Amino acid sequence: MAALTALTIAEARDGLASGAYSARDLASAHIEAMEAARALNAFVLETPERALADADASDARRKSGAAGPLDGVPLAIKDLFCTEGVRTTACSHILDEFVPPYESTVTANLRAAGAVMLGKTNMDQFAMGSSNETSHFGPVVNPWRRSGDNRPLVPGGSSGGSAAAVAARLCLGAAGTDTGGSIRQPAAFCGVVGMKPTYGRCSRWGIVAFASSLDQAGPMTRTVRDATIMLGAMAGFDKKDSTSADIATPNFEAALGQGVKGLKVGIPVEYRIDGIDDEIAALWDQGADWLRDAGAEIVDISLPRTKYALPTYYIIAPAEASSNLARYDGMRYGLREDADGLEDMYEATRGAGFGPEVRRRILIGAYVLSAGYYDAYYLKAQKVRKLIADEFAAAFGKVDAILTPTVPTAAFAQGDKIDDPLEMYLNDVLTVPASLAGLPAISLPAGLSGDGLPLGLHVITRAFDEDTLFRVAESLETAAGFTAAPGAIV
Amino acid sequence: MTVDKSTVVRIAQLARIRVPEADLEALAGELDQIIGWVEQLDEVDTEGVTPMASTADAAGLRWREDKVDDGGQPDKVLANAPESRDGFFVVPKVIE
Repeated sequence: MAALTALTIAEARDGLASGAYSARDLASAHIEAMEAARALNAFVLETPERALADADASDARRKSGAAGPLDGVPLAIKDLFCTEGVRTTACSHILDEFVPPYESTVTANLRAAGAVMLGKTNMDQFAMGSSNETSHFGPVVNPWRRSGDNRPLVPGGSSGGSAAAVAARLCLGAAGTDTGGSIRQPAAFCGVVGMKPTYGRCSRWGIVAFASSLDQAGPMTRTVRDATIMLGAMAGFDKKDSTSADIATPNFEAALGQGVKGLKVGIPVEYRIDGIDDEIAALWDQGADWLRDAGAEIVDISLPRTKYALPTYYIIAPAEASSNLARYDGMRYGLREDADGLEDMYEATRGAGFGPEVRRRILIGAYVLSAGYYDAYYLKAQKVRKLIADEFAAAFGKVDAILTPTVPTAAFAQGDKIDDPLEMYLNDVLTVPASLAGLPAISLPAGLSGDGLPLGLHVITRAFDEDTLFRVAESLETAAGFTAAPGAIV
Repeated sequence: MTVDKSTVVRIAQLARIRVPEADLEALAGELDQIIGWVEQLDEVDTEGVTPMASTADAAGLRWREDKVDDGGQPDKVLANAPESRDGFFVVPKVIE
């Protein structure tokens, strides 16, 4: 059944429609693959019975002529999405055996489109991390290895399990979330497509909150076309999320096939930072050449405050996190530690329930929000955020899209950066600016490093202009012709 | 040093997180490094800039009608409670 796990979503859609195989065949093949790849630790909860039941229901729907756009497509779901009746922990200890009595809007939308759920994927605890090493369930192993080196590499994070599962052919696509790069960075590290939509495009309702002004759900797939199909199902207005955009969801797939002729693509000089790998800088130049050859006009642009995006993010995101995570108090759900009295119970529960990185960020957040520091840190960061968003707006007066690398380096080894928070934070230096500005962005695999690891290119467009984003990404994908797969699984 | 051990004790108390004495020194060092690093924002001239809380502001947030449109599900609300009794959460004594 190996062939069924190698399909794209678009191919599976066609094969299911023609009756070449059933949703049950697809689900069974992926359940087998998922079980065989447990060493990767990509899933924290496998739901094979649910997958087969979903698949049978899908086959029945198809028979009755009522198949949805993702009908029968087996997907993995990041453990940040609340799934009704299915344990959801954000890969934390403090949420322990939490079983949501409700379904997140995004996963409900995927279900309504006919998708089959294979299980919940591993992630950095509360989506805080860039290597999946902060998970309470242990790290995920990247299915890729450096050639001639067997050391396990990180898949990136925080959507590391989702990225690894897509790369290792354990699912046809996965739902991820991105606050400062949590879809795009692991996508780059695992050689898959990862897309963060415009803030407001996907409802945040039922997604365990990290930093509410930044969190967005998005698709992780093996092709750009698959990302358009999956996003189309995930997106849409939701009155239960006050920041959900009340605008129609376009047919993203219809944007494909138009090429990039006449589009202006900006290359921001400030993204050529110290510490960027030479191979990645060269791939970036190559990407610009590919787009020029395809008819786009390449324009040098300047986003002068780029270097301040990461420190801005590391004030705003922890501040919002410290506020959001105040809800974990041991009273209504999740972990409760025994203690004498209320205050003691709060402190004991939160002390035991949060991992080191989550604790660090809550404390940073509490510090920058505390009396006497609020203006100097939090308000200052919000002002710089405004300047960064304005810079993007000005740039998009001149260009239609911006091309950058996704991450300054390829995947690194487990243990390499976990003891140095600042070093770890630098993973997101190229993805965070678009997050602060709420812009749509995508990472796609565009080449391999000298030692055989996937490298990503990153495209950013105007708010709610995912169409142009997908057009540019498709053009790069076609030119790159990336067909490599991780050796560990094929 | 912006963040020392006593600062960590203070903010940990604000955040209601018990931090073992043995962790304080290392945590103070890490937080001090991170706070020192974010202070580079002081270089940016933000005179007269309006703080941005959310990119959704531009589109205009909606108002909803002020009425209950969901609820009446105490069993679901209490389903994950560490301890509950007679339709209530059971918590330590709040008022002495």
